[in-house]
Amino acid sequence: MSVSVLVIGAGPAGLSAAVAAADAGAMVTLLDAGDGLGGQYWRHLPPERSSVREARLHHGWPLFERLRERVAADEAITVLTEAQVWAVETTGAVTVRVLVGPADAAGREPLALAADAIVFATGAHDRTLPFPGWNLPGTFSAGAAQALAKGERIAVGRRAVVAGAGPFLLPVARSLTDAGAEVLGVYEAARPLHAAKGWLARPHRLLGAARKGPELAGYLGHHLRRRIPYRLGAAVVEARGEGRVEEAVIARLDADWAPVPGTERTVAVDAVCVSHGFTPRLELPIAAGCRTGPDRFVLVDADQRTSVPGVYAAGEITGIGGVDAALVEGRIAGHRAAGGDRSALRADLRRRRAADDVARRIEAAHGVRPGWRAWLRDDTVVCRCEEVPYGRLRDTAAATAQDSLRSLKLTTRAGLGICQARMCGRTVEELTGAAPASAADTSDQRPLAAPIRLGDLAGLATTPHGGKDTQ
Amino acid sequence: MSELVPRAADPIRPAAASPLRITVDGATLEGLQGQSIAGVLLAHGRTAWRTTVAGHPRGAFCGIGVCFDCVATVNGESDVRTCMRRARDGDAVETQDDGTSNDGTEPGERP
Amino acid sequence: MNADVVVIGAGIVGAACARALARAGLSVVVLERGAAAGATSARGEGNLLVSDKAPGPELDLALHASADWPRLAAELADELGAAFPSVEYQRKGGVVVALTEAGAEPLRAFANGQAAAGVAVEHLDAAAALAFEPDLNPALTAAVHYPQDAQLQPVVAAEALLASARLAGATVLTGTEALGAVRDRAGRLVGVRTRAGDIGAGAVLVAAGPWSGDAAAALGADVPVRPRRGMVLVTARMAQRVRHKVYDGDYFGATQSAAADLQTSSVVESTPGRTVLIGSSREQIGFDDRLRVEVLAQIARRAVRLFPFLADTPVIRAYGGFRPYMPDHLPVVGPDHRHPGLWHATGHEGAGIGLAGVTASLLCAQLTGTEPPLDPAPFQLARPSLAAHLGGTP
Repeated sequence: MSVSVLVIGAGPAGLSAAVAAADAGAMVTLLDAGDGLGGQYWRHLPPERSSVREARLHHGWPLFERLRERVAADEAITVLTEAQVWAVETTGAVTVRVLVGPADAAGREPLALAADAIVFATGAHDRTLPFPGWNLPGTFSAGAAQALAKGERIAVGRRAVVAGAGPFLLPVARSLTDAGAEVLGVYEAARPLHAAKGWLARPHRLLGAARKGPELAGYLGHHLRRRIPYRLGAAVVEARGEGRVEEAVIARLDADWAPVPGTERTVAVDAVCVSHGFTPRLELPIAAGCRTGPDRFVLVDADQRTSVPGVYAAGEITGIGGVDAALVEGRIAGHRAAGGDRSALRADLRRRRAADDVARRIEAAHGVRPGWRAWLRDDTVVCRCEEVPYGRLRDTAAATAQDSLRSLKLTTRAGLGICQARMCGRTVEELTGAAPASAADTSDQRPLAAPIRLGDLAGLATTPHGGKDTQ
Repeated sequence: MSELVPRAADPIRPAAASPLRITVDGATLEGLQGQSIAGVLLAHGRTAWRTTVAGHPRGAFCGIGVCFDCVATVNGESDVRTCMRRARDGDAVETQDDGTSNDGTEPGERP
Repeated sequence: MNADVVVIGAGIVGAACARALARAGLSVVVLERGAAAGATSARGEGNLLVSDKAPGPELDLALHASADWPRLAAELADELGAAFPSVEYQRKGGVVVALTEAGAEPLRAFANGQAAAGVAVEHLDAAAALAFEPDLNPALTAAVHYPQDAQLQPVVAAEALLASARLAGATVLTGTEALGAVRDRAGRLVGVRTRAGDIGAGAVLVAAGPWSGDAAAALGADVPVRPRRGMVLVTARMAQRVRHKVYDGDYFGATQSAAADLQTSSVVESTPGRTVLIGSSREQIGFDDRLRVEVLAQIARRAVRLFPFLADTPVIRAYGGFRPYMPDHLPVVGPDHRHPGLWHATGHEGAGIGLAGVTASLLCAQLTGTEPPLDPAPFQLARPSLAAHLGGTP
């Protein structure tokens, strides 16, 4: 009987894990919460609006098409889209609780899935540091600007600025201009020296990262052709407007990302698109019991195995490495999860080393620096859901002499809202110095990984493993 | 203002999708098959549709189902992430105002 | 370092006791191995209930607490000022509902017994109950209003008591575990050992909730407190349609029972954060904190039965904690008769938030030899109902 492998997340890592596992003889179930494959990296138009020219919006599109066709055609791979994992149980075999149907709808079909091996490939979302006005409509995460441009052909504004940190800002600017928006500038917080140190040290290593070098070169070329200013050591430190964004305030930053007084200038815009890096989506691996490291990624060994037997992780949840790392990690995870021989992986292991190097460079060049706090004001909202301002967060932490995250969340409501601290969790931790009491008490821990309606929860079957469809 | 890339001007030339209609707080909005509900709203230049407890407007922020800023009541079901939900012809969308309570009392207040 | 009293545990009971002792003029050091208000106090609902308690010593304690919290909440607010978050004390009243014919008469009889013991009780017919709670399941068979039931934000309450204790001179050492006893030549307990050194103490109070057994064991004593797991669901923010603390009558069965298997009863209430809290389960599964979907489903079933409209409401969060319970379902507040110098304040199960203040008064009075607010005898570790559960003298 063949091995069963459950892959959660159908972005680059999950797709490549599913294919590798099937190649190694496993029966694979591939889940994604979205209604299409490809994850955020290959976010694309819905079938009703597809285009043969869509490849222009993407890097590695032919590879995606091959993977997509393969998982669709392979009888050993079952694909479940609109499959939202909302809980993971570990009282017996690791069991994944799923609701299948339109996002957040009542009455979605409940499933309880277990398998011989599970591969988590849940990816990351962009992290946006708070700044005054970041809660005004018209301010978007950079990822939103890109997802809407690639997935819906929507330009989030006509005159936009892109700001934050990291190489991701460049494709976002490109997506915006391709959707017809005017991009007034891209403002990268890292200063030239930092960026250069990160990217230029041992440049020969970059050659090993197959797609990254040419991809970035392509974006820079696009920038030059479009004459979009690309400023290093600068940031959007405020968005202003009546009810929506009308102006962005741009300032130069020092090496610690603190705004340099007197350098502020204001530009009229109708969209501000900001990302300061990525936050891995860890709630499912944490719920499964996987250990995370001090840098808050899932710990994996050379085979992409987590600390939990039979559970693997691949892609951004093991370190922000981009698509090359995700693809190769997915292949290793899928192959090994299916019981495949390690000797078949030599080339992949080598590629992963090169991809890891890229990840380290990105962090060295663009990692968040503490000076950004200087652009906060007392009334700057830190927790968007509960509208908790920075001043209250700071004052309550002081009044309670509290250094634990759990108490701070409950006394201020920061992170208690419906996004469950996905937006503000790490920011609150940084701003207050509050430490999680344990690895199981970080802002990444969410026993309910997605909302479930009370009636649907009440209606769940009561068999020992709970679900009606345990594999 | 947010907008849909006009199909004729779009070098990508997405396939011509059939139209659909949804209502937002009773007003009809035209959209295309395959658009998310947030996509329909943004295509009409609407960047905000929720009101927070403090009375501030919100719309889409993360665009990928993480921030929950864009939630609305869809066909009577509250808190639907409109960036994740494909619009269907006839969907009735009601915007959410977190500052109001439907019996007029403050939370915890006794009758 | 020396103190008149070392308090082990900075949950709400330890915080309240530290405050009372410090305000009585004693020097107090609070030792907390983790973070203050980080365990049981941060994982419950914040109940201050009289409605769920049968006539007896615990109800007496609850009635004292009910009378005292308005004063205590006002005192804390005055002392800590506007910068400190509100403890959100709300005397919103409880409504207990029976939904079966079989459940109606026991609920009425229970309420009548409580009324005789001094609880304010108001029987409601269906129309009156629906006037109190318009969205209640109209199939209800009996309902009782308990105007004394109240609600607190438990973490703020614990933090406020601790902040007030600090203002009264108490020292709070978090991340500091009591590792063992310091004894004099006669073997009497005269302090505790910590990684940061010995702390001399005239008295040591164990207020470590469900972990009190471990804390006592480190000092060479035993206390038969056990963990009982409880899960709570939190809904998305919504227009408020639940005005009181609303329970189904089965709640009594669960609190009064020692059965180990899963029990749930519905406890539904709105919070000032505009969410609805839905509790709660009771499981004796040791310190096992793994998520069990079946437990959540059972809580949900009961809540939907009570308030059918909740079926459409999204649950956004589930949290669970361990409640400290005693085999005879009464807290222990007083000296350890076997170990001079050792004191206990634990075993409040799901009622510790509400009972913390009166527990502190009762403990402080015994320790300082002043007039207690009520008879401490039923809460002694030496009581007959615990005899079978205790180890011997050293």
